[in-house]
Amino acid sequence: MDISTQTTDAPPPTPQPTVTEQKRNARGATRPGDRVFLGLSRGSGILLLVIMAAIAVFLTYRASLAISKDHGNFLTTFEWNTNLNPPVFGIAVLAFGTVVSSIIAMALAVPVAVAIALFLTHYAPRRLSGPVAYVVDLLAAVPSIVYGLWGALVLVPHMNGLFGWLDHYFGWTGIFDWQGGAPRSMLTVGILLAIMILPIITNVTREVFRQVPRMHEEAALALGATRWEVVRMSVLPFGRSGVISASMLGLGRALGETMAVATVLSPTFDIQASLLDPGGGTFAQNIASKFGEATEQGRDALIASGLVLFVITLLVNGAARAIIARRKEYSGANA
Amino acid sequence: MAKRIDVSGLTAYYGSHKAIEDISMTVEPRSVTAFIGPSGCGKSTFLRTLNRMHEVTPGGRVEGKVLLDDEDLYGSGVDPVSVRREVGMVFQRPNPFPTMSIYDNVAAGLRLNGNYKKSELSDIVEKSLKGANLWNEVKDRLNKPGSGLSGGQQQRLCIARAIAVEPKVLLMDEPCSALDPISTLAIEDLIGELKERFTIVIVTHNMQQAARVSDRTAFFNLAAVGQPGRLIEIDDTERIFSNPSVQATEDYISGRFG
Repeated sequence: MDISTQTTDAPPPTPQPTVTEQKRNARGATRPGDRVFLGLSRGSGILLLVIMAAIAVFLTYRASLAISKDHGNFLTTFEWNTNLNPPVFGIAVLAFGTVVSSIIAMALAVPVAVAIALFLTHYAPRRLSGPVAYVVDLLAAVPSIVYGLWGALVLVPHMNGLFGWLDHYFGWTGIFDWQGGAPRSMLTVGILLAIMILPIITNVTREVFRQVPRMHEEAALALGATRWEVVRMSVLPFGRSGVISASMLGLGRALGETMAVATVLSPTFDIQASLLDPGGGTFAQNIASKFGEATEQGRDALIASGLVLFVITLLVNGAARAIIARRKEYSGANA
Repeated sequence: MAKRIDVSGLTAYYGSHKAIEDISMTVEPRSVTAFIGPSGCGKSTFLRTLNRMHEVTPGGRVEGKVLLDDEDLYGSGVDPVSVRREVGMVFQRPNPFPTMSIYDNVAAGLRLNGNYKKSELSDIVEKSLKGANLWNEVKDRLNKPGSGLSGGQQQRLCIARAIAVEPKVLLMDEPCSALDPISTLAIEDLIGELKERFTIVIVTHNMQQAARVSDRTAFFNLAAVGQPGRLIEIDDTERIFSNPSVQATEDYISGRFG
């Protein structure tokens, strides 16, 4: 019997529940259904933590084996010779390539994704937005190896024009200087990654923009805002944290993308100052291309590089959460 | 300066559904006009035709004339955006911009309209908040988010935001229906002060409120569900509540329907 819903004017005297009874009620575990559900949800939560811990322990253990034998500096060496005795390897080239290709991908994909999402939710007529959203979903369903093949067979041969143009006008900056090698470079990888992460960012962003309360948009409209001003005053601020979350999902995919990068890039173990010159590598691509032939010692070294990728991903996610939390009181959540 | 509204033969649709039909009325400047009537009779729809907000709803369209002094709001070549800058609106649920501070909320409309110096902006923000009887409560926390205020304060913030751009007309769509009685009283007092400067039209479900705040009252009704809403009569508030000329009005305000 629930006391709080008593509505009669003079409620009959009800025995007060004892403190322990109240506690049990508050925890909601007195009924079998509640108990089962509590067990299931708590179990799932614990399972997740166990899996995360297992991965972390595995990575750290195998990585520590490799790093203790490493004769080079694990963080700064530009070399990956795990068959030497003692082995010499370092992740500098991989970290650079992974971060640079992901930055390029984000810089290209996020603005386009936000624009597509705005178009679909606020500009396109309904009979157009449905099919376009469907096509965006289809893009997300294409396997990454297919993107890789398309990148190697179609994108790479068509990059020469863009590379020449960039070299001609922006070659002086250094990062767009082109020696004329095959365009299997970081920029091509970045462009391909941008295409691959576009759908996930677009989809999440679109959902967020769709949930902007009508009343916030009408508030701007009633003040005499144009459509773009409504977007700027209501939609973008409200969707800000959602756009950041969406970008992080995309970034996670870009950081860890393996097959597409391995198919397009011509890897070398050095850092190219120019984004247009072929060479460099990423963590995932390096693991994929070396794992098959690696010795036990080589595998441990690759796992060590995987651990670094894991840490980078954690750091990026933490940074994103911090950005979202910093302006929490201004988010739409408490409106 | 406040302006007169002159509506003639106005009909509004949602797609193929006719929501209100053939409404004509005049609203005098510097007066409060209340719209009453049962739910679904189209009074909110009609209110939204007065600042061209109706057409924002998908499928919404309007036939007829709305004159603001001599300018036809639905004339060809009239930009709905500029109409809304002249006819302000306050909504049923308080809707301050959640991502903006109290100050920025009030300044939002001004920033849309053009360039103000920082000092000018501060003056107008202060004046508007004073005009909305909110200044004393928020002057120490202008940089805090508007969504941290109570519901009644948020609604007065929305009023401050609306009057900051000096509209000619202020439309209020059930502005107190989400508020407690004390906040409601504060808004009603405010309406009494604002009518010195603006033409005010208010939709309300609360007939005592209509009787308390308005000079004129318009009663809307619909023949049956699915039929378009119509204006039954508009008259001085005193007369509507004491001796209305149409039987349906008397039935409605005395609680006898149909």
